[in-house]
Amino acid sequence: MSVPGAATARTAEPSNYLNAEYSIKSWFLTLDHKRIGLLYLAGLTFFFTLGGLFAVLIRLELLTPEGDLFQSETYNKLFTMHGIFMVFFFLLPSIPAVLGNFFLPLMIGARDLAFPKLNLLSWYIYMVGGLFTLYAMVAGGVDTGWTFYTPYSSVYANSHVIAAALGIFISGFSSILTGVNFIATIHTMRAPGLTWFRMPLFVWAHYATSLIMVLGTPVIAITIVLVAIERLFGVGIFDPAKGGDPILFQHLFWFYSHPAVYIMILPGMGVISEIVACFSRKRIFGYHIIAMSSLAIAVLGFLVWGHHMFVSGQSIYAGILFSLLSMLVAIPSAIKVFNWTATLYRGSIRFDTPMLYTLGFIGLFTIGGLTGIFLASLAVDVHVHDTYFIVAHFHYVMVGGMVMAYLGGLHFYWPKMFGRLYPETLAKIAAVMIFVGFNLTFFPQFLLGYLGMPRRYHAYPEEFQVLNVLSTAGASILGLGFALPMGYLIWSLFRGKPAGNNPWGASGLEWQTQSPPISHNFDEVPIVTEEAYAYDTLRPPAAASPEQEEVLHV
Amino acid sequence: MSDATTSGRLAHHFESLEQQHESALLGMWAFLAQEVMFFGGLFTCYVVYRNLYHDAFVEGSHHLDVFLGTVNTAVLIGSSLTIALGVRSAQLGRPRATAGFIGATIALALVFFGIKSVEYWAKYEHGLIPGLAWHPEPGASPQLGIFFGLYFVMTGMHALHMLIGLGLMVVVGWRALRGRYGPDNFIGVEVLGLYWHFVDLVWIFLFPLLYLLGRHAH
Repeated sequence: MSVPGAATARTAEPSNYLNAEYSIKSWFLTLDHKRIGLLYLAGLTFFFTLGGLFAVLIRLELLTPEGDLFQSETYNKLFTMHGIFMVFFFLLPSIPAVLGNFFLPLMIGARDLAFPKLNLLSWYIYMVGGLFTLYAMVAGGVDTGWTFYTPYSSVYANSHVIAAALGIFISGFSSILTGVNFIATIHTMRAPGLTWFRMPLFVWAHYATSLIMVLGTPVIAITIVLVAIERLFGVGIFDPAKGGDPILFQHLFWFYSHPAVYIMILPGMGVISEIVACFSRKRIFGYHIIAMSSLAIAVLGFLVWGHHMFVSGQSIYAGILFSLLSMLVAIPSAIKVFNWTATLYRGSIRFDTPMLYTLGFIGLFTIGGLTGIFLASLAVDVHVHDTYFIVAHFHYVMVGGMVMAYLGGLHFYWPKMFGRLYPETLAKIAAVMIFVGFNLTFFPQFLLGYLGMPRRYHAYPEEFQVLNVLSTAGASILGLGFALPMGYLIWSLFRGKPAGNNPWGASGLEWQTQSPPISHNFDEVPIVTEEAYAYDTLRPPAAASPEQEEVLHV
Repeated sequence: MSDATTSGRLAHHFESLEQQHESALLGMWAFLAQEVMFFGGLFTCYVVYRNLYHDAFVEGSHHLDVFLGTVNTAVLIGSSLTIALGVRSAQLGRPRATAGFIGATIALALVFFGIKSVEYWAKYEHGLIPGLAWHPEPGASPQLGIFFGLYFVMTGMHALHMLIGLGLMVVVGWRALRGRYGPDNFIGVEVLGLYWHFVDLVWIFLFPLLYLLGRHAH
């Protein structure tokens, strides 16, 4: 490989996707899936920070029982904007758009995704959608909650519903196009010898996710269009005064928004499968059934939306059916947790940062999942409906599960993405802070919810204050825990030690190419001759710590 | 990397033209699955409200012009034929015929838009557009607005998809004229054809649901 413009290249770094070109155009018009992944990383980090700031304000208000920091209307806008930014602009795209974009082609031995231009387009669509929503925020915010329930959103709300809804509608197409791209890529671009059941579980998880993205997202798109038309023209489709049915909106909304939960968690499960096998130095336990459980979750996910509507007035028979179907989802989820645990059993476990996040994920996801079964039970759900119990439950899955997996994956793949190591001790401290801070924030909310504190209110009875103060204290630790990686990861880009091609001694095609990878990923198309996670035949990293690993590769 | 862009030739990240065709075809089918779900949401609304307000929907159907709707259905089916012939010409390596058939498809789509505009205009004159011009005759069923709301959203979304198809046809037709497609390299035309057939198919469902169902009831 020749280094382009040898005069400008100060170091003798071999050519890679980062130093191949430097112009602004080469980033904003890039068709390289790795660069597009990094563009997404920048956008996501921005929206995550924004959503986090809203969370800080929410927790500050809840420090005291009185509504003393914000009026109730402002508070409504705060939790709405927190939800919208976190769900639609961080959680949904997070792992697929960053790690999926970057690593899916590498993992299957392809030079790019099937449709590189579509991939770039989906980033622009995502950003335009985000900007619309930002406009809605700056212009005065939205106060409907991220769920946009009608007829409040379509008739009564006096906030910028249409702008925010349009932003979500637009960004949905980014999700759809990503899904289409992944499906076509996985089907048609696998390297020779890479059969379906040799694919890494990360790829299986993304395949299942893509199915939901393609089949679920359009339903929320048309639903949002109907809400906007309802607001603009007063047609009456969701307005009971004109014969419309607001419950129909809830059906359509949750038909997407429940599967969307699996869009958020499935890619995280894929990342966890990779990390567990690597840091246990073992073939993953029950490969086939983990792969199939991803598909099972994707399919079952489409049949459970009614469990969000137990108190909406839907038929009790529908409620019973949705309750049973929801409990079925626990089976494939539990299969994954059991298989990860079985992989740990008798493994040579290393507690590097990605593994800390993974262990955190397994524990917290289990709590989140089990409380999901409580909520799927009709009688319990009626008791805790719309309380902090729900808030705690989905934060255990979304933050304790998904964000942990995202951070674990980011730390696991960072050396491959940038060819640099982050400071391991600092990273471990951050991982522990996030785990402790998270539990302190959200465990008290289970108690609050069970005691009857409703969600979405800015004031509460005095007896709930202790638990709320604990929660806010936890949120401060959590916030610091999130700030640390933002700092040291950026630092490591410039000062981090060179990582070598495979600092973790991991299996998988992505670790066989150079770090950072060359623009076209592989000099020669790799030929796959064995199953994924062949750790029993793979040499473990000789060094105890990855810092010493580079010696091996010099 | 830039030759991966517009030409139908082999892009840098594919091994063979065959693989490239397979990807494009699968990608379009996945996209059409997405479209089915998109319109599926609307059809669900239609079914729910037709079930609730049968009489209002029958009344609404009587306000629609069956003759114009029938002509438009024939026009669209004809356009499906012309685009299919265009795909066949591309497969046979006849660039001028390909462009010609795509041109014919564009012409038929424009005829459809013309007729649809006449219908929309009539609705405006009769005050049957909710939110813009809504003054139905006295005694009209109170839920007539929901029927017409759905009518305009469904036909409007369909028309939007046709507009996107028109834009694609201009691009593909131009490329066909420039000789971009050949017997081993016609995926651009084929994928466009798939999309267009889908748009037609949506109308094949819209027409009976909106214009015909229940007309004989009164």
